[in-house]
Order: sequence, then C-alpha cells, then structure tokens
Amino acid sequence: MLPVRSLPAMHALRNLRARWVTSLLTAGGMALVVFVFTAIRMVGAGIEATLVATGEADNLFIISDGAETEVQSTLARDQASIVMARPEVARDQAGRPLASRELVVLISLPQRDGARPANVTLRGMEAQGRTLRPRVRLLAGRWFNPGAAEVVTGRSIAARFDGAGLGETLRFAGRDWRVTGVVDGGGTAFDSEVWGDLDAFMQAWRREAYSLTLMRLASPGPEAAFRRILASDPRLRIDVQSEAEFYARQSRSVRLFFDVLGWVLSLVFSLAAIIGAMLTMYASVAARTAEVGTLRAMGFRRDAIFLSFLVESLALGSIGGVVGVLAAALLGFVSVSTLNWQTFSEISFRLTITSEIATSAILFAVVMGLLGGALPALRAARLDILAALRAS
Amino acid sequence: MAARLAGKTMSEAAEPEMPTHALNAGKPAAPMVRLSAVSKSYWRGGEQLTVLNNLSLEVAAGDFIALMGPSGSGKSTLLNLVAGIDRADTGQVEVAGVDLATLDEGALADWRAANVGFIFQFYNLLPVLNAIENVELPLLLTGLHADARRTRARQVLGLVGLADRLDHRPGELSGGQQQRVAIARAVVADPRLIVADEPTGDLDRAAGADVLALLGRLNEGLGTTILMVTHDQHAARAARRVLTLDKGVLVDSAGG
Ligand SMILES: Nc1ncnc2c1ncn2[C@@H]1O[C@H](COP(=O)(O)OP(=O)(O)OP(=O)(O)O)[C@@H](O)[C@H]1O
Ligand SMILES: [Mg+2]
Repeated sequence: MLPVRSLPAMHALRNLRARWVTSLLTAGGMALVVFVFTAIRMVGAGIEATLVATGEADNLFIISDGAETEVQSTLARDQASIVMARPEVARDQAGRPLASRELVVLISLPQRDGARPANVTLRGMEAQGRTLRPRVRLLAGRWFNPGAAEVVTGRSIAARFDGAGLGETLRFAGRDWRVTGVVDGGGTAFDSEVWGDLDAFMQAWRREAYSLTLMRLASPGPEAAFRRILASDPRLRIDVQSEAEFYARQSRSVRLFFDVLGWVLSLVFSLAAIIGAMLTMYASVAARTAEVGTLRAMGFRRDAIFLSFLVESLALGSIGGVVGVLAAALLGFVSVSTLNWQTFSEISFRLTITSEIATSAILFAVVMGLLGGALPALRAARLDILAALRAS
Repeated sequence: MAARLAGKTMSEAAEPEMPTHALNAGKPAAPMVRLSAVSKSYWRGGEQLTVLNNLSLEVAAGDFIALMGPSGSGKSTLLNLVAGIDRADTGQVEVAGVDLATLDEGALADWRAANVGFIFQFYNLLPVLNAIENVELPLLLTGLHADARRTRARQVLGLVGLADRLDHRPGELSGGQQQRVAIARAVVADPRLIVADEPTGDLDRAAGADVLALLGRLNEGLGTTILMVTHDQHAARAARRVLTLDKGVLVDSAGG
C-alpha cells in the first residue's frame, strides 16, 4: 500500500523545478564534490589500467627474491643462465630461448618545457625482449642496433624530454645516445620508457648483474610446476611471477593512495555540500509548511510527508551525482603524466573511469542528498497539522 | 448530479474496517456529527484560555450548517475538532458514529481521508500541480488505480465547471476558480462531511456566490453534510441552518 499512500515522486521533482535556481546551485555543489571524488579516483584507476595493460599474461617475470621493483632486483649472470637453459623455456625457430635478460636503470632527464628534471626508466634488453612485447610498435625511425650507443624512446618520453625526439641525442652514463626510433607502447608503461641494447647498457654502467629475465614457457600452463622447480634449486634465490601480475602489483599502492585521497577530500568537501542541501531543504519545508498542513489534513501520514521531502533531496543528490560523474568522465580524454612513486619513475596515462568509480560516486551523491534531506524532511513530518495550516 | 458518484466504493476501499456504513444503514436519522460536552482550552503564558466550554451539538446527516460568530469565538477550533485535525480536552466528538478519541494518529488520518473534505479560505492548492493533479491528490489515498483517479478527477472538475481548465496551475486561475478546484478536491473522494473555514473569505461577491451555489448543489445533490464557518451574512443564507458561537455558547437560528 505504501507506494499508493505516498505522494508521487513527480511532485518532488516539480518542486525542484519550481525553485530551479536554488535546485541548480545545490545540485551543482554536490556535482562539484562528485567531480573531485571521481577525478581523483580516475587518476589511480588510470595508472592501474596502464600498468595492468603493460604485462603480457603469458610472459614470466624473473627477479631476485624479495625485490619489489625491477630497479631493486639483481640477477647474477649465472642465475640467469641456469634459468634460460631450462628445457621448459620456449624457443624460437633458430632454437634460441625466447627470453630476454634485461637491465633496468632509473635516470633523471631534463624536460623540454624547462620543468624540473624527472626520472625516466631505461631498459637494456636482448632482441627477444621485443618479441616478448608484441604490443610495442615502432612509430618512426628504426630499432637500436646491438652493441651501439642507440636507443628508442616511448612516445610520451619523446614528446616530453629534452633530446628524446627522433634523431636527437640523449646524454646519460657518461656518453651520448642517438635516438634512432620512437615507439608506441599502446597505452602501457612502455610509452614512458627508453629502450636500448642490453650489452651497450651493461658496459655503459659497468654492471655485472642483470635486473631481470623476461621469458615465455614452451607450453603455457605448467607455470606453477616451473616455479617449484626453480624454487627448489638452491643456487637460485629468485622470484617467478607472471609479468601481468608484477605490473598489477606495481599499481596497487598508487591506486590505494588515490582512492583514499579521493574519499578523504570528498568527505571533507561533502560537508559543505550536505549543509547546502540541508539549507535548501529547510527553506523548502518552510516555504511549503501550509502545503504540508493541507496534505496532512487530507489524510497523508507523517511518513508520506517525510518521504516526499526526502525524495526531493535524493533527486538533488542524484542529479548532482550524474552531472559530476559525466563531467569527470570527460577527463578520460586527457592524458597526463605523473611520478609513480612505487617505482620512482614517470608514467604517462589516461584518466580512467571504471563502473565501480562511477557507481560509488553516484552513491556518494545520493548519500549526500540523504544526509542533507533527512533532518528537514523530519521537521516537515513532525509539523503539527494546525500549526502548519496557520502558515497559509 | 442526483446519483452519488462511484465514491461509495472508494471510501470502502480506503477504510474496509470502518463500521460507519453499517451503523448508518440501520438508522438513517442518526446525526452525522455529535458533540457532547466538549471542552477545549489553550495555555498561554501560564494562563488558561477556555475556547469551548462544555459545548454540545448535533448535526444531522445531509445538513448544511453555517457557523458564525465574532472573531476569536472558537469557530475554527470547533470545525477542526469535528474534522479530526484537533482533539478535544474533554467530552466526546462523534462523527458518523465514530468516537474520534478512539482513533490514534494514523487511524485518524485514514479516517479523514475517507470521510472528510477540506475547503480553506486561501484554497491551499499545491502550486506545482495543475488543477486535475490537485483534485487527484485525495484519491492517492484510496487505492484507486491511476486511470480511475484521472477519470474521476476530470469528472468532478466538470461538475464544478472547470472542464476547460484541467491543466491550469493554481497561479493561472482566478481566486474563484481556485476555490472551485479546491471544492472539487474536497468532494472527489466522496466524503460524508465537508468542512469549510471561510470559503468565501478571500473572494469577491460574485465568485463567492458561485462557490456558495456550488456547495448548495453538492449538499442537495450528493447529500454531503457541510459545516461552514463564515463571517458573511450572504454566505450564511446559503446554509440550511445557522449556528452562532459566542462566548462559548452556541445559538441556533434558522438558515436560508
Ligand atoms: N494554538 C493556539 N494557541 C493558543 N491559543 C489559540 C490557539 N489556537 C486558537 N487559539 C485561541 O483560541 C481562540 C479561538 O480561536 P479560533 O481560531 O477558533 O477563532 P475563530 O472563531 O475561528 O476566529 P476567526 O473568526 O478570527 O477565525 C482565539 O482566542 C485564539 O487566540
Ligand atoms: Mg477561524
């Protein structure tokens, strides 16, 4: 019986429209909060999406035991050799293992716009490293030659860093490196890396150990078994994980940070929006006191009155939520770059809205409407019929 | 307008447990309203102001009463008691055989929805709703479905001569038209009793006359009992019986 005995929601919406300037301002305040909430969380989701996309599910990622990042990992030459010699490792037509030993180094490079230098990930790799990352395509120029002081740059690096463009020269590790090509990482973290030849990098930095070995198994599947075999070898103190899993983990704390930041900032701002909604709704109750008296006299119960005002503020919240989310979704067209402090390197990404973010943002707005409307609706419901009627 | 509209079934749908119909069927001469030794007073700054003192009154079903008297004499207070939006301190208020004191707040609200139509001096229409939506409001409490509500509201607006103003908002209607919408709203759920507190108080003579004529026709045609407070002798003449309340005493005088 409740839906019949309550006032139609249409009535609440008409009241909002009748006071459209106030309604717009109130919903606008909530939209702003939702926008901030959504945008901040979109940053975290964008970084996460980029990193998760970076890892190939079939690739195995071998780093030293306990290393959190590629840079922290050291893999001795003999350790890498043992792994690559295993029969489970896939081989190409020429019989060479489908694996790439790699050295990852962070260096600080000057930016084009004169902004402070920023950290860039440099990756020295073997030829198979490109085969294992099929989504990275050459946009312009050519790949680096083995042993040469040549690099290719990710397109975001090429655009943002001094000397990183095609045909330009980067200076690091005490020598000049010609940029022979620019690559498209396909929206992965590789857009923000500089790649060169493994041996050239090892010599330039006088390194004896690698950072990691990236490889693929001959038949995908027995990954757990392979992991056990390697773990049982006392000479190897290494960690085997899928590349996808590794990159996903890289994003976890970043994602968490932005989620928490989004929630905390929005909760603070939402206080203002809730108070705004409350004032609006109190004004609405005051303006419609006689109306409440009339409805109560007619036989509408207190709960119908309560619900009617609550629906009104819920509508305000929902409108604010939808507008805020839509406005924030437009940010999805923006590509930005920030420091991924988990790896201390720059990463460029697109702000990404997920259905979870959109849903929680709208829910957030609905709760704001609920909180802002509850007390005024209660006041309306508690009005005395005669006192309310006298307000006409 | 001789036959009652589909209202009977509507009242029953809203209040199936209400025994009033059965009671009335047995004794048609039973009064619609019976006040027995009703007292009502207000406390103002530690002082008791007695508005109604030991007042008794019977109103027959189908009667049309004009309640007059000086300002502050308690006319509205009396009307509110009968309409079930106020409660007596002592004494009994019985309407159609129901002692209103036995109903709790919720039951009283349901009882009003099924039995009482309200007409106010300032119409009290909802400004964001158009005429037909305003008239439909009381039907939301009847369990009637949307199509039937719409049909019924249109029919009643036709009865008050506003068939061509269905989608006008109150702000787009004259005072007299607004009060006619309010009358349509008061009768749409087919109440036994209509209470009107100075229904012509805000209208010019012609519009007021229209409203009174309409109330007279409702009273005659539908047999609805009407209790109307008025200051206006002209208005009082529309009633069958005029009661004057002064210093807590009701004086009966023959109506027009
Ligand atoms: N809520 C209240 N608190 C205190 N006094 C009240 C209250 N309501 C009414 N009164 C007093 O009760 C008396 C009767 O009021 P009531 O409204 O019934 O008068 P009335 O006959 O309708 O007057 P009018 O013709 O001016 O409308 C008045 O003296 C009024 O001041
Ligand atoms: Mg009065």
